[in-house]
Amino acid sequence: MEPILAVVVGILFAITVFLFLSRSYVRIILGIFLLSNATHLLIFTMGGLTLEVPPLIPPGATVPTEAIANPLPQALILTAIVISFALFAFLLVLTYRAYQALHTVDVDEMRDAEPLVEEDGA
Amino acid sequence: MIAIAVLSGFVLAVFAPFVHRLTKPLSGWVLAALPAAIFFYFVQMMPQIAHGETVRAAWDWVPSFGVTLSFYVDGLSLIFALLISGIGAFIVAYAGGYLKGHKDHGRFMGFILAFMGSMLGLVLADNLITLFVFWELTSITSFLLIGFNHDKPRSRRAAIQALVVTGGGGLALLGGLLLLGVAGGSFELSELLASGSIAENPYYLPIFLLVLAGAFTKSAQVPFHFWLPNAMEAPTPVSAYLHSATMVKAGVYLLARMNPILGGTDIWELVLPVFGGITLLTGTLLGLRQTDVKQILAYTTVASLGLLVMLIGIGTDVAITAAVLYLISHALFKGGLFMVAGSIDHSTGTRETVRLSGLGKVMPLTALAGLLAGLSMMGIWPFFGFIAKEVIYEATLHHDPRMWITAVAIIGNSLMLAAAALVGLRPFFGKLLQTPKEPHEGSPSLWLGALTLGVLGVVFGMMSHFSGEYLVAPMASAIGGRDIHTALHLWPEVSLPLALSGVTIFLGFIWFWQIDHLRSLLYAATQRLWGPDHGSDQFLAALVRVSKNLTGLLQTGRLNFYITFTLTMLALTLGIPVIAYGLLPTSIVLPDVALHIYGVFGLTVVGALALLFARSRLQAILSMGVTGFSVALIFLIFGAPDLAFTQFMVETLSVVIIALVLLRLPVDTYDRRDFLPSLRDAGLAISIGVAFTSIMMAIGAEPLDLTLTEYFAANSYLEAHGRNIVNVILVDFRALDTLGEIAVVLVAGLAALALIKVRDGILTSPDANRVTREDEA
Repeated sequence: MEPILAVVVGILFAITVFLFLSRSYVRIILGIFLLSNATHLLIFTMGGLTLEVPPLIPPGATVPTEAIANPLPQALILTAIVISFALFAFLLVLTYRAYQALHTVDVDEMRDAEPLVEEDGA
Repeated sequence: MIAIAVLSGFVLAVFAPFVHRLTKPLSGWVLAALPAAIFFYFVQMMPQIAHGETVRAAWDWVPSFGVTLSFYVDGLSLIFALLISGIGAFIVAYAGGYLKGHKDHGRFMGFILAFMGSMLGLVLADNLITLFVFWELTSITSFLLIGFNHDKPRSRRAAIQALVVTGGGGLALLGGLLLLGVAGGSFELSELLASGSIAENPYYLPIFLLVLAGAFTKSAQVPFHFWLPNAMEAPTPVSAYLHSATMVKAGVYLLARMNPILGGTDIWELVLPVFGGITLLTGTLLGLRQTDVKQILAYTTVASLGLLVMLIGIGTDVAITAAVLYLISHALFKGGLFMVAGSIDHSTGTRETVRLSGLGKVMPLTALAGLLAGLSMMGIWPFFGFIAKEVIYEATLHHDPRMWITAVAIIGNSLMLAAAALVGLRPFFGKLLQTPKEPHEGSPSLWLGALTLGVLGVVFGMMSHFSGEYLVAPMASAIGGRDIHTALHLWPEVSLPLALSGVTIFLGFIWFWQIDHLRSLLYAATQRLWGPDHGSDQFLAALVRVSKNLTGLLQTGRLNFYITFTLTMLALTLGIPVIAYGLLPTSIVLPDVALHIYGVFGLTVVGALALLFARSRLQAILSMGVTGFSVALIFLIFGAPDLAFTQFMVETLSVVIIALVLLRLPVDTYDRRDFLPSLRDAGLAISIGVAFTSIMMAIGAEPLDLTLTEYFAANSYLEAHGRNIVNVILVDFRALDTLGEIAVVLVAGLAALALIKVRDGILTSPDANRVTREDEA
C-alpha cells in the first residue's frame, strides 16, 4: 500500500514545485496549499498504514486490544493541518492586500522593496 | 609569576586611559613603571638561565583539547623578554612625551601596553596554541597602532594591509603549528625541543612551509616586505617599538625557536639563506631610494630581518652566534634611531634628509644618541654592531667557499652603513637649514631612551666578555639546541673578516658620498616597477569586485530566481543519495485492495493536475476542493477519523476563503511561461517528485520504529484516562505543542484581521513610495 501512496505524494510534490516556479503570486500560493497536503500525506504514509482501525482503546480495556493505526503521525498531522490552514489563510489575505497596493501579482513586477538597481548606480 | 608578567600588560592597558587622565603630564613615566618592573624581574633570572636552567609554568586552559596556558623561559625567550620589556619601558615614556596633547593619548598608551603583553606572551609561550593566540594578538594590536591616526586614509590602508599580510600568515602558521603538534607528539615547545628534529616525519614539508609562511609575513621577508614600510604611518613610538625592535622580529624568533625542531635540513639551509639574502639586498636598495628618515629606517629594518633569516638558515654555531649578536645590537640601535628620528620630526616638523642638517648644535643630546646608534649600525669599533659584523663575516666565510653569501652580506652591510650615516650622522653636522618648525631639544622622555640604548650599544661592545656570557651564549645555545660558546673579541685579530669589515666601511662611505646619484639611479630603476605593494591593493580591489559580482549574481532580487535556486539545491540534496545508493524504484507491486481506494488515490492526483492546468478561477477553486477532500478520504480509509474530520472542516473553510479572495483578484491563474522555461521547470519538478517517491519507498522498506507509538498506546488510558489515543497525545502528552499551535492560529488570525482592517492610505501605492525614495536621496 505504501508504495502507491509514495507515488501519489511524489506527484503532488512535483506539481507543487512547478506551481512554485510560476511568476504569478496566486499560483505560488496554490502551490503552498498543495505542499501542505503532500507533506501530511508523506508523514501519514511513513508512519505505516493500517486499514480502517482507528487508534482507540475499547471500553473495558486499558490498552488497545487489536492492531490499531499508528496514532503518533496522526497527532503530528492534526497539528500540522491547523497550522498550514492558518498560514494559508494569512497568505491569501496578504496577497489580496498586496494586489490592492501594487496592482499586480506578477512576482517580477512586485519589487517595490527591492527595486532593480541600474548598472550606472542611479 | 611569569603569567603575571605577561598578563599585567593587558590589565594595565585597560586602565591606561584612566591612569593617563589622572597623572597627565607625567603619565608616560608612570605607565613605564610596569615594563620597567617586568624588565627587572627578567634581569634577576639571567644568572639562572645563563647556567643552562629553564623555567616553566603551566595552567590548564582547555584540558579536553590539550591546550594549556604555559610559559617557558630559556636563553632565547629571556633575551627577547628583556628587549621587549626594557625597550618597552623607554618607548612608553617616549610616547608620553611624543604624543603630548593628542586627544587619544590615553588610548594609545593602552594599545601599546596591550601590545607589550602580547609580545611577551608570544616569546614566552610554551604551548603552541598559546603561542598562536599571542601571535595573533600582536597582529591585532599592531593593526590598532598602525591605524591609530584613523582619520587618515593612508593610515587605514597601511593598517589593513599589515593585518591582511600578517593575519594571513598567522592562519598558515596555525595550520603549521597544529600539524607540528600532531607530528611531534606534543603541543608543548619544551617537549618538542627535547625530542629534537622531526625532519624524518612525513609531515615535515607542509609544516616547514606553513611555519615559514607565518614567519616570513610577520618578519617582512620578500615578497611580503611591502607592509612594513607602509606601517610607518603609525606614530613614531610604534615604529620604534613594533616595526623595528620587537614585533617584526617575531618571525625571526619563530624561526630561531623552530631551528632545533625544523632546522638543519637541506631545504631549510637553502630557502632561508636565499630569501634572507634577497630581502637584505632589496631592503637596502629600496631604502636608499628614500629621503624620508623613517622610510629609510623601515627598509633597513626589512634588510636586517633578511640578514637574520639568512644567518639562522646557515645554522652553524658561528652563524647562530652572529644572528644573536646582530639581533641584540639591531634592537638597540634601530630602536634608538627611530626614537631619534621621531624627536627630529617632533622638533623640526620634517623628516626629509635633504632638509636636515646641523641639528647637533641645537639638539646635542639627541645628536649624541643618534651618533651612538648610527655608529653601532655602521659597525664601527668598539660598538656592539662591530663585533656582530665581524662574526657575521666569520660565519659566511666558513659556510660557503664560493663566497656568494659573503658577497651579499658585504653589499648589504655597506649599503646599510650608508643608510646609517644618512640617518644617524648627517642631520647633526654641517650648516643648520630652514625647517618648518624652529628646532629645539626635546624633553628628557624624548632623548633619554635613545641615549640609553645608544650607550648600551657601546657598553655591550666594550664588555664583550659579560655580554657573551649572559646574553649571547644562552640565547645561541637555545637556538642551536646545543651548547654554543663562541668567544667574542673586542680586539679583532688581523684576519679575513677584519679585512672584509674594512671593505664594507670603504664601500659604505662611497655609497654615502654618492648618495644623491645613487638615489636618483635607484629611483629611476624602480619607479615603473610593479611591486607587491601595488599588487596587494589590486588583490584587495579584486576581492571586493569578485564578491560584489558574486552577490549580484546570487542576490538578483528576483523571487523566481531564489525559488529556482533553492529548489535546485533541494533536488540535488535529495537526488544525489537516490542515485548514489541506487534507490530508484524498478517496479511497484500493486497491493490487492478494494477498487474504491485506488479511486480515491486517483482523485487526489486528478485534483492536483487540474489545479496545475486550471485556466479559470473557478476551476482552480474546484480542483483545490477535490484534492483536499480526497486527502481527507485517504485519512478516513486508513483509520484516522480525527484527521479526516479536521481536514474536511479546514478544506471547507479554505475553499470559502480562497473563493472570497480569488474573486477579488482579477487574475488569469494560468501560467504565462515560455516553452523552454516550462521544460526546465518541469524537469526540476519531476526530479524532485521522483526523488521523494524513491526515498519514501526506500524508507518504507525498512522496519518501522514503534517505540513511541507503543508507549502512547500502553499509557494513554492508564496515565491520561483517555480512550482516543490521538486526542490524548494532543491534549495531554504533547499539550504544549497544541498550545503553540493555537497561538499560531491566533496570531495568523490577528495578522489577517489587521491586514484587512488597515486603512488604504497606510498601504501606500507604488507611486507614493517612489516619491519618498527620491526625497531621501
